[in-house]
Amino acid sequence: MTEMHKATSVAQDSGSDEPDPALASLGGSGRRRQLSPEEAMRMAEKVRKVELAISLVLRIGVVMSVLVIATGLALMFAHHSAYVPLRGSFSYKELTSKATPFPHSFASLGHAISQGKGQGIVVLGVLILILTPVLRVAVSVLAFVYEKDPPMAIVTLYVLAVLVGSFFLAGV
Amino acid sequence: MNGCTYNRTMTPLDFVVSLALISVAAGVLGSLIGLGGGVVIVPVLTLLYRVDIRLAIGASIVSVIATSSGAAAAYVRERMTNLRAGMFLEIATTTGAVSGAYLTTILPTRFLFVFFGIVLGYSSFATFRRRHADAPLTVSKDRIANYFNLHGSYYDQAEQREIPYKVVGTTPGLGLMYVAGLVSALLGIGSGALKVPAMDSAMHLPMKVSSATSNFMIGVTAAASAGVYFIRGQIDPIIAAPVAAGVLVGATFGARVLGRVTSKTVRLVFVVVLVVISLEMLQKGIFP
Repeated sequence: MTEMHKATSVAQDSGSDEPDPALASLGGSGRRRQLSPEEAMRMAEKVRKVELAISLVLRIGVVMSVLVIATGLALMFAHHSAYVPLRGSFSYKELTSKATPFPHSFASLGHAISQGKGQGIVVLGVLILILTPVLRVAVSVLAFVYEKDPPMAIVTLYVLAVLVGSFFLAGV
Repeated sequence: MNGCTYNRTMTPLDFVVSLALISVAAGVLGSLIGLGGGVVIVPVLTLLYRVDIRLAIGASIVSVIATSSGAAAAYVRERMTNLRAGMFLEIATTTGAVSGAYLTTILPTRFLFVFFGIVLGYSSFATFRRRHADAPLTVSKDRIANYFNLHGSYYDQAEQREIPYKVVGTTPGLGLMYVAGLVSALLGIGSGALKVPAMDSAMHLPMKVSSATSNFMIGVTAAASAGVYFIRGQIDPIIAAPVAAGVLVGATFGARVLGRVTSKTVRLVFVVVLVVISLEMLQKGIFP
């Protein structure tokens, strides 16, 4: 709230003789003229909303993935009593060797989750984490459409297409 | 080799707790200088825990995405990130990352390690040399930067003033970003190591903005190759869980630090880490 206020109050101050440095660079692609103070203020508000939306998307992705990963980890330890003791004969190396089985396709992941396996839940949390930047790019496309900036929207759409394409190329 | 017999067995709980704590430190460092934390995670996993390099690289990708999303949430809100420049440059990094995934089998990895070891050694020198000439540009004749309006302004908490800056050198910037994407897909490390010098030296973004914007971008670069790592079975849950959770916590803390320290501090920490990465790469190329 206070930050939003800061951004708009910065915009209002710009009516004075000195142009505000925070506003001097505002504006979309291909703009050739200086924005009027009212336009600059509206632009500042839009840009601020976009920043907060992108920040929120990242935050939600991060919090969700941490919660899911923590749940999965707790389940892994709850289901395997050998993992828990601080002093025991079961070494972590049995879980980190090349031969260790863990889900690495959607079929095996779905299977592991439906059985309530901790491993599956952790991998699900990691996938949420991996998808967070992708979702951020998707939101950015909408954001540039909202800012009425087609060149930047196209740029971001290209990045989204490459990202989505990379998942298909990987055979996910 | 004999060392193992003296040590008591490390149980999965010891492993998870100790790795999570190390990951917190990796997250703080990574978020401060715009690198993914793979610099810390890969050597710790391979040398300290003797984990297979393929699984260590999978964990490194997870740590990059965690650092990026964790820190960027704060940097974007504080207007430290240059969103427009970051998204514009992602054209090159994602294209590089995807092409890199298909060149892995063609290019000799050892040669690449030596080559990029030298490149990063040079860029650490170039970054260090700019430590006194840190004044942001006020004019730009770069047509691409002007057309897309990639210029920006941020509030520097350490200097307590708004700092506007202009961006130049978008063409070399795009080229370096393509290489950065390529390298991170080919070698699994160094995704931020080339991005920060590209923005700082070639495009003249202020050091803190370069770090925050690199942070913003590395998640997308890493996500472009994460699908491949997942399918190849390089993302082991017992390693990924403490790394992801620890790094996220560390990056959230680290993001509070960047605003307060001076640009020069960020630059010097970055240079030190860059020298370490460059030596690490040379070692992998020369004595694999």
